[in-house]
Amino acid sequence: MSQAVAPSDDAPFDAVLLYVFTGVAALASMLAAAFTPDPLFRFHSYVLMAAFTVAFFAISVGMASGKLKSDPTRYADGVIRAGVIATMFWAIAGLAAGALAAAQLSWPNIFYNADLPFLNFGRLRPLHTSAVIFAFGGNALIATSFYVVQRTCKARLAGGVWPWFVFWGYQLFIVLAATGYLAGITQSREYAEPEWYVDVWLTIVWVAYLLVFLGTIWKRKEPHIYVANWFYLAFIVTIAILHLVNNAALPVGLLETKSYSAFAGVQDALTQWWYGHNAVGFFLTAGFLGMMYYFVPKRVERPVYSYRLSIVHFWSLIFIYIWAGPHHLHYTALPQWAQTLGMTFSIMLWMPSWGGMINGLMTLSGAWDKLRTDPVVRMMVVAIAFYGMSTFEGPLMSIRAVNALSHYTDWTIGHVHSGALGWVGFISFGAMYCMVPWLWKKERIYSNTLIEWHFWIATTGILLYIAAMWVSGIMEGLMWREYTPQGYLANAFVETVAAKHVENIIRTVGGLMYLSGAAIMSYNLWRTVRMPGTAPAGSQAMGAPAAPQLAAAE
Amino acid sequence: MSERERDQHTGTETTGHEWDGIKELDTPLPRWWLWVFYGSIAFAIVYWVLMPAWPGITGYTHGMLGKSDRAAVTGELAKLESIRGAGLVKLKSASLEQIESDPQLQTYAMQVGASVFGDNCATCHGAGGGGGKGYPNLRDDVWLWGGTLEDIQHTITVGVRSGHPGARGGDTIMPAFGRDQLLTDAQINDLTEYVMALSHRKADRAAVARAAQTFADQCSACHGPDGTGGAKPGAPNLTDAEWLYGSDRQTIHDQIWNGRNGVMPTWEARFSPETIKALAVYVHANAGGDAEPAAAAVSRPSAGAVSGK
Repeated sequence: MSQAVAPSDDAPFDAVLLYVFTGVAALASMLAAAFTPDPLFRFHSYVLMAAFTVAFFAISVGMASGKLKSDPTRYADGVIRAGVIATMFWAIAGLAAGALAAAQLSWPNIFYNADLPFLNFGRLRPLHTSAVIFAFGGNALIATSFYVVQRTCKARLAGGVWPWFVFWGYQLFIVLAATGYLAGITQSREYAEPEWYVDVWLTIVWVAYLLVFLGTIWKRKEPHIYVANWFYLAFIVTIAILHLVNNAALPVGLLETKSYSAFAGVQDALTQWWYGHNAVGFFLTAGFLGMMYYFVPKRVERPVYSYRLSIVHFWSLIFIYIWAGPHHLHYTALPQWAQTLGMTFSIMLWMPSWGGMINGLMTLSGAWDKLRTDPVVRMMVVAIAFYGMSTFEGPLMSIRAVNALSHYTDWTIGHVHSGALGWVGFISFGAMYCMVPWLWKKERIYSNTLIEWHFWIATTGILLYIAAMWVSGIMEGLMWREYTPQGYLANAFVETVAAKHVENIIRTVGGLMYLSGAAIMSYNLWRTVRMPGTAPAGSQAMGAPAAPQLAAAE
Repeated sequence: MSERERDQHTGTETTGHEWDGIKELDTPLPRWWLWVFYGSIAFAIVYWVLMPAWPGITGYTHGMLGKSDRAAVTGELAKLESIRGAGLVKLKSASLEQIESDPQLQTYAMQVGASVFGDNCATCHGAGGGGGKGYPNLRDDVWLWGGTLEDIQHTITVGVRSGHPGARGGDTIMPAFGRDQLLTDAQINDLTEYVMALSHRKADRAAVARAAQTFADQCSACHGPDGTGGAKPGAPNLTDAEWLYGSDRQTIHDQIWNGRNGVMPTWEARFSPETIKALAVYVHANAGGDAEPAAAAVSRPSAGAVSGK
């Protein structure tokens, strides 16, 4: 604690601020742990207390050794390197949870954990979705956005140590969410299950993220803001709004986990799916389009196909997407007029979504040969192809007559996985393959052959997965609606489940293949980092050629 | 770098901006893209005119086609009722035996029964009625509460220990001999051996001998002096290979200790009498239920599908 007494005069203000914040937060969580009557809340208070205490001492040591000063002539890359590692870690964790959940659906008697009930399907399924979307996807977005915004603004990240707060704060959010799911702490909102206090914490982290990002754009040395940054910014701002509205709730007590939603009945359902759909739109679409707009032209070394298309599809996408949520509630208590609007806005969304696909694919014109020679380019192009396919399938499934068949079936699961595994996963993997040699100053990835293996195993896995889900989804949809001539349902629910057994197994195999691809990639990246350092890539340069060639070592 | 230059490969001008080496071409919007976008907007507008679409202060635009989900679902339910009604009328007037002997009527009843069974009974009795731990197998010829058509119909109607005034099993309750301290630990261990011996399996002879009197005092009133059951309805045969909760020593011990008594809800309030008739015919035909009312064998249903833990 001796460091705490008097931070030296030249300790940077941002670090002192964070220091005080973590100290107060550690104390507050200790008091919460002491006074709460709720054992689950106490458990999470201990988690928070441990995190803030560790952070507090880390900052003490950091300030004492003068490490927390940032050099404005260098890019802040340390936090991005940490982000890459976190991305791959959560990818493996989230995909493994998914593969286990798929195995539980395929062999419910074998993979039923009587002794570890928190590892059964009911808790594992939301753990899987949130782990891949928010832990894997979120870390990929934060890491790449930090990389892209610095390079395209020629400015170091704003906020000194606060980008590190965003990174570690977000990991803390993930740990609270994941342990909460397993412990049964949930407000029962899809993609937004963490309870009110975790939501408050994410809000703090997210505002810090927004300020770091905006501050970096604010001090940019380029006259214009690059299109990738529009998409990243739309993602950050809209997720903040969605998060605040969807999680509006009244806690039972300030030291209790439980809360009640501010909305009731069908309004609650609509708020939930307004959020849920736009989490897809602004987290999984807009954010990753930002990633595509930087890494695809950078990797293939070709100009972006059409500036005008990027403007028109950006504004039409963000304007139209926000209305499409009601298509998740077709044929429910939601008034029919709202269903109509949800469906028609989804159909109008088709071309705005495809604008991104056209811009991504056509950027390759003049460099199509790289599909043959560079598996990373191939991976990103396949990502864009899956993006195009799922953004066509989405409007199709939003049509009420189609939805009457597809809703609640495996077809939906196949649809989200063609988007998640194909688009989100592959574009992120592509970006990681690009960034790792740039960030760790290596000439190349350790093994191109392993990237080829990753690509083919994972692509085959995705195809197995979505083809199986199309078959089982349409089959169960048809079975559910089948009546006997006497006017009774022809199939009991359990019979439709039994009928999907083979497809469920194929899905499990597909998921395991995708997971093995990610494992191969992790090994490959690790070997890359371990390679002897070589020539710095040009992308490290900040500003004009005269600027220093090194990135900040944090 | 604000000078517009011409890209060599495409011949298109760039916008003159550059970020970290990335430039942008000034390609116009692809025509097909624009026209499909316009087309989807036109589709939306037409759809809004035809269908319920925009909310106002006091209501919403109902659309020129006058479609309504609520009206549609009411109509479909009415249609379904009329289809079902046509068949149920026939079931109403026929007796259970008449239904079973008329092939056409039986086929009809079987289809109704299969559908209702799948969504209501299979939850406990298993898909197809194969049973589960604590839930009798309905496909064998072992019946706790009687296997004739009338017995089955009655069981479905009133349930077992369901709170219905005429429910099955109201006077047949197995006591929790251990939990309620009616017998000592040693006595229950001996009884367990006795039941093992009854079903022709290896058992400790001394324990069996010690338990003989206890069995006669405590168990035979319901299970019969020889353990073949049937002294009271619902008391299973302990000498066969069919077990409701499992056949191993521990499970038998636990059953004597806790005296679990199975429960089945009454379905009278949920199904019409015709539907219950159809269900009875379905269960009876599937299981090869007893033909003669007098021959109602009383025993434990199969443990086959049971013990998967």
